[in-house]
Amino acid sequence: MTNLTDLGIAAIRDGFKAGDFTARDVASAFNDAVAGAKALNAFIVETPEIALAAADQADKDRASGSLKPLSGVPIGMKDLFATKDVQTTAASHILEGFVPQYESTVSGKLWNAGAGMLGKLNLDQFAMGSSNETSFFGNVISPWRRNNGDTAALAPGGSSGGTSSAIAARLVPGATGTDTGGSIRQPAAFTGISGIKPTYGRCSRWGIVAFASSLDQAGPMARDVRDCAILLENMAGFDPKDSTSLDLPVPNWEAALSADLKGKRVGIPKEYRVDGMPAEIDALWEQGIAWLKDAGAEIVNVSLPHTQYALPAYYIIAPAEASSNLARYDGVRYGLRDLPDGANLQDMYAATRAAGFGDEVKRRILIGTYVLSAGFYDAYYTQAQKVRTLIARDFDQAWEKCDLLLTPTAPSAAFGLSEKSDDPLAMYLNDVFTVPTSLAGLPAMSVPGGLDALGLPLGLQIIGKALDEQTVLNAGLAIEERAGFTARADKWW
Amino acid sequence: MSVDHATVRKIASLARIAVTDDQVEAMVPELNNILGWIEQLGEVDTSAVQPMTAVIPNVLRLREDVVTDGDVRDAVLKNAPQAEQGFFTVPKVIE
Repeated sequence: MTNLTDLGIAAIRDGFKAGDFTARDVASAFNDAVAGAKALNAFIVETPEIALAAADQADKDRASGSLKPLSGVPIGMKDLFATKDVQTTAASHILEGFVPQYESTVSGKLWNAGAGMLGKLNLDQFAMGSSNETSFFGNVISPWRRNNGDTAALAPGGSSGGTSSAIAARLVPGATGTDTGGSIRQPAAFTGISGIKPTYGRCSRWGIVAFASSLDQAGPMARDVRDCAILLENMAGFDPKDSTSLDLPVPNWEAALSADLKGKRVGIPKEYRVDGMPAEIDALWEQGIAWLKDAGAEIVNVSLPHTQYALPAYYIIAPAEASSNLARYDGVRYGLRDLPDGANLQDMYAATRAAGFGDEVKRRILIGTYVLSAGFYDAYYTQAQKVRTLIARDFDQAWEKCDLLLTPTAPSAAFGLSEKSDDPLAMYLNDVFTVPTSLAGLPAMSVPGGLDALGLPLGLQIIGKALDEQTVLNAGLAIEERAGFTARADKWW
Repeated sequence: MSVDHATVRKIASLARIAVTDDQVEAMVPELNNILGWIEQLGEVDTSAVQPMTAVIPNVLRLREDVVTDGDVRDAVLKNAPQAEQGFFTVPKVIE
């Protein structure tokens, strides 16, 4: 019998439907994998009993002929999604012990579609980070190691680092991520998996712990493109509870998957050739261009002239929104309260927030407070929002010449834990290729393209027009079929 | 523009985050490093550009003016660090 944890979403769904195995067998196999992988620290909470209960329901539904789209499929849930009666922390001490009395829209849709929950996945605290080193619940370790005998722990990327690590280690066949500036795509690239951030507004933000509301967007991460399409279909859709939710039908992305790119024009933005980028990433990019040509696409050179300003604009806008969103953590309604002896209400707020937020979260709240403060608002925040308009305009102008864009996902392969954590700026620069798309609200996906000389995965990013997830997924599939990426981390955990 | 110790104390106070002297000492160069890098946005000519208000065009919907929620007091208070007699409680406030 096949090892059930080697199966992806589609294979589990189809095999379960065909009667090759029971949902309980699948859930048990993944529960065992989760329980045996504590060294990765990918989970904050494990929920084996919830996975089993969903599996038993799926087995009953199969017997009664009432299967749902994800019946029999267990998944992981990033611990940024509120899950009813299951602790939800955003990886922060300030929310430790918070047990939501409601379910986020996206997680609720997945459970209604028949999926079961294996647990809540670790992440960077409030999704602020690119290496999963800012979690209050400890670093997540990537299952990947360099092939030169070095056993240094590597970053799984961030902020969806628990998600990427768990999928790469085959603890879950797929899971949710969220992406504010690259938090789905960069960890997917670091761990040799796929992940798509859909168009802003496709997935409801209701019940997702807010970081930067004009940028936050949920999306799936999984081992391949088809699995991402399946999960995304079951996550997206209009939600009246989110004022920025798009009132549009959810396309049948899986059914329309096609690796034939005839008639599609792929833009190659020259500004993404940055100084100091490893030659291997440049070579993979060239290889990706050749693969898309082979799939029938025409290649055109395009320019996105304001690319270099995307990161500084992002590091004004995202902290500004975060400083506002995170004002809600006051020690009164939920979460941590720190009440020093004799403290008044203001002292309690300040003590609670000092004790509850991690260093990176505080740093961003302070930056956000500063750029929004009287006298500086126009110079920083308004200017950043104007630059954001120019960045979106760059993409609009590119779409006159092409239908999608191909770039590397990240400027390096996975780095070691603590290699960058002392230098916030160096860490921020890791999102140089993913942030512009976030600022423009466009759909973008990372798919694995190959390995570097040290045996670590490298990803390619496909960026599409607003609402054109289909072309993004199709190009991802075209690359996937040609890359034949089958490498996986050797089990050491 | 750069921040000094007093400014860091001021924004920490605005953000309701208690900071120690050592933390302020560490934050000043850290924040200045980031703010110095952000300064490059000033080189972009934005004189004829409107600030972004929505990444994807969308209309702000109005909903029916009806009660859709409520009667969930216990659920609302369930996660409160301190709740008494159906209320959130805070330290005594004397103005």
